Amino acid sequence: MIEFNPNDLLVMLPELFLLGATCVILLIDLFIKPSQRDVTHWLALLALVIAGALVWRDAPGVGEGVSAFNGMFLRDGVATVLKLFVLLTTGLVFVYSRDYLRDRKLFIGEFYLLLLFATIGMMLLVSAGNLVTVYLGFELLTLSSYALVALNRDSALSSEAAIKYFVLGALASGLLLYGMSMIYGATGTLDLANIHAIADFSVGSPHRTLLAFGLVFLVVGAAFKLGAAPFHMWLPDVYQGAPTAITLFIGSASKLAAFGMTYRLLEGALGGMRADWTLMLSVLAVLSLAVGNVFAIAQSNLKRMLAYSTISHIGFLLLGFVNGTPAGFAAAMFYMICYALMATVAFGMIMLLARAGFEAEEIDDFKGLNQRNPWYAGIMAITMFSLAGVPPLFGFFAKLMVLKAVIDAGQLWLAIVAIVFAIIGLYYYLRVVKVMYFDAPLDDKPLLLPADHAFRWTLSLNGLALLALGVAWSPLLELCNRAFAVATDIAR
Amino acid sequence: MPVSHLLSLLIWLPILGAAAVLAFGRNPTIARWLSLAVALATFVLSIPLWTGYQPAVPGMQFLENIAWIPSLKANYALGVDGISIALIVLTAFTSTLVLLGSWGPIKNRVAQYMAAMLVLEGFLIGVFAATDALLFYVFFEAMLIPMFIIIGVWGGPRRVYATLKFFIYTFVGSIFMLIALIYLHMKTGEFSLAAFAQASLSAREQAWLFFAFLMGFAIKVPMWPVHTWLPDAHVEAPTGGSVILAAIMLKVGVYGFIRFSLPITPDASQEYAWLVIAVSLIAIIYIGYVALVQEDMKKLIAYSSVAHMGFVTLGIFIALALVRVHGNPLGARLGLQGAMVQMISHGFVSAAMFTCIGVMYDRLHTRLIKDYGGLVNVMPWFATFMVLFAMANCGLPGTSGFVGEFMVILAAFQDNPLIALAAAFTLIIGAAYTLWLIKRVIFGDVGNDKVAKMQDLDVREWIVLGAFAIAVLAIGIYPKPLTDLMEPAVLHLVQQLGLAKA
Repeated sequence: MIEFNPNDLLVMLPELFLLGATCVILLIDLFIKPSQRDVTHWLALLALVIAGALVWRDAPGVGEGVSAFNGMFLRDGVATVLKLFVLLTTGLVFVYSRDYLRDRKLFIGEFYLLLLFATIGMMLLVSAGNLVTVYLGFELLTLSSYALVALNRDSALSSEAAIKYFVLGALASGLLLYGMSMIYGATGTLDLANIHAIADFSVGSPHRTLLAFGLVFLVVGAAFKLGAAPFHMWLPDVYQGAPTAITLFIGSASKLAAFGMTYRLLEGALGGMRADWTLMLSVLAVLSLAVGNVFAIAQSNLKRMLAYSTISHIGFLLLGFVNGTPAGFAAAMFYMICYALMATVAFGMIMLLARAGFEAEEIDDFKGLNQRNPWYAGIMAITMFSLAGVPPLFGFFAKLMVLKAVIDAGQLWLAIVAIVFAIIGLYYYLRVVKVMYFDAPLDDKPLLLPADHAFRWTLSLNGLALLALGVAWSPLLELCNRAFAVATDIAR
Repeated sequence: MPVSHLLSLLIWLPILGAAAVLAFGRNPTIARWLSLAVALATFVLSIPLWTGYQPAVPGMQFLENIAWIPSLKANYALGVDGISIALIVLTAFTSTLVLLGSWGPIKNRVAQYMAAMLVLEGFLIGVFAATDALLFYVFFEAMLIPMFIIIGVWGGPRRVYATLKFFIYTFVGSIFMLIALIYLHMKTGEFSLAAFAQASLSAREQAWLFFAFLMGFAIKVPMWPVHTWLPDAHVEAPTGGSVILAAIMLKVGVYGFIRFSLPITPDASQEYAWLVIAVSLIAIIYIGYVALVQEDMKKLIAYSSVAHMGFVTLGIFIALALVRVHGNPLGARLGLQGAMVQMISHGFVSAAMFTCIGVMYDRLHTRLIKDYGGLVNVMPWFATFMVLFAMANCGLPGTSGFVGEFMVILAAFQDNPLIALAAAFTLIIGAAYTLWLIKRVIFGDVGNDKVAKMQDLDVREWIVLGAFAIAVLAIGIYPKPLTDLMEPAVLHLVQQLGLAKA
């Protein structure tokens, strides 16, 4: 029944390449001396770049898509855009973390390998065309993430975070799987497109209840992965406990993949129940906005504050789904990409300030940064204003597109709730700027910058990109719009 | 001499100049000269705007239009009419003097201060030049960032409280305006202000939009009762920040009323004009009394700013009542014309008053009235200027303060003599608090030993105050060039007001 078509392998060439490269790097890493670990670093980056080039080369035309392995694997616009940014953010994680890991004696091959495996998982996840592929990708990503959070074995905080992450994550996987089994029970197929086509969502349908239950479990699974309230409990602890390099990864790249999964499951498979899940997601969105923004105010630990800020941003992202049209999904994806880029700078700054034996993760560690190093204080200020959504920075335009999607959907009240919480959120971002610019530094010495020039340059570029994209955000928006355009829709 | 892309140049020259100041301004002297050169160049470039403006040609001029976000039909669209030109020239003029004025007082992180001021100047010119609502909003919000930094870094003891209050307060107002803009975009499919003005909107929609705009602009103006951020921000801001805040940023709110509320929601504006008029009268009278009891000079001038801005909003909304209820376009023209002149005049007068207070503060480091007294004995030049500006502040004929107030009161009289009567109170209260301030600070015996040692103006301060004095007197004695400049725009607005939408 299941036929093997060799051409299918070509469709997933980037993934296969990355898998092969990861195995080669694994072997090489085994045989090199710890002092030569830079080889692993550069090879891993090279692998990401080549995979990115392959994704780019095979990018499908507008509204087109290729499926392989009997629909298990999709290569369409959404997958392409998400993969490109997953690879980009993972690459940034590598570039930013080297010195940080070296200072903490964590500069080991496992970091690179686990991250590469997680990347393969994410690529699979955003390309999934089947419930099984979704689950495979999801598990590959989360299992690698658990291990990564516990990378610093000697830290009690890290271990605690990893255990929490694992227990709650396992629960979420279970819920996700349970939901999938219900969907399978109601439709008799695992293929997302088939589910969409076969499932009878009408009110009188005998499967209606089963499908609705399945949907609830899928939403919970996705909400857990995204970190939407009330399934956010793991997030602050994991963000705080994990080494910052890992937090950076969980906060940026893996969120992009979670977005892809949510889209595949909800719109791809259960598009017929849009009215139900838009309602669920709007509740999750409002809760996330409230929890994220209000709790963030009380934090004195920057990583924890950024964790709550993530929750609030996820709330905003989910608002894009509420629209339920390609334009809405495009706005949500635009938002997610924007958030990932902002999160990389914010966590990158924490790593920039950190030194051996010193984590710059308290907000007070940023006191008087402007006196010590005006350039990086400026970069951080740009990021904070962007996270707060103040024009002319990128974050504002992402918020604008989501608000527009919400208002176009006729949900004016949701837009008003969103901006009320955005105002509350403004306060804690401004506090970071305040600490950097208005307070006197704790020690007057100029900032000791890491020796890694690649890190410093990339971080600066990353920060300036938030400014540049605030002026020229049209191309990226077009990219997102095209990704969701369906074939009949192109004429528009 | 026509210069192509003049408006873009005016916006981006200061912003790029700021980058240059940051890059090369490690040495404070270089930062000072460089920023002054940039500001001066911007001011010189703003003059062709005035001279090249053709009053006979209707509509916006110096147009620029580049597609920005094609899928939203949002454009980088610039254009100016007489009102915007007056405000742009005012911005460039004041910014130059502010930069010159802060050469002395700002001693730490000079380059950053100068850069922030230049960026602010660029954004402000952008606000006045944008004809695309999204672009307007971007500039409108962006200018909060440099001001936030200016107050927070170089401000007084309670600067953090003041600057956070300023930022959050104004952000709250404008973000509701954003919702209104997105809603209008949904209605019209584009972001151009001209399209917004032609959108057909029901009375209910107009009412919602009107209040969303009101929230944004009333906080910016600021109108009573949402003015409470202003005294704090003014008191804590460095002199330059106060000057820009009072002279230009407050005008942005009024400018918003003219560009958004009136053309887009004329019916709702008419329906709720009573509200704005009432609030403006409260600002004029009540805030005037509040100003009377202040002990801090900056606070006093801040409250007097709120009262004067009340005059501007009064003039605008009286015009609405005149043209739509009484069918009196001539009276409406008078009201709007008065509001505009008052706006420009207040820009010069409040800027000059804050500069004067800055001059005193630089010498004694206190802003309390009781710490001064008898300055005329030790600083005759300074006393001359301060008295002149005080007279303008209370609206003495011959100074710019008189022209606008007189025109607004005349227009108000045509609508309702009671309103005119209430508004005319300002001449008494304004005179009371300003003259009392002058009496306590400038005249009388030398207050104490510290005052006795104060130095008179140096050359730099002389130039700054002298320039303001010339502007104040020029508008007061011969306001015609200014009114001629703004006349076509005012007439267009009067005509727009006459058209019902719903």
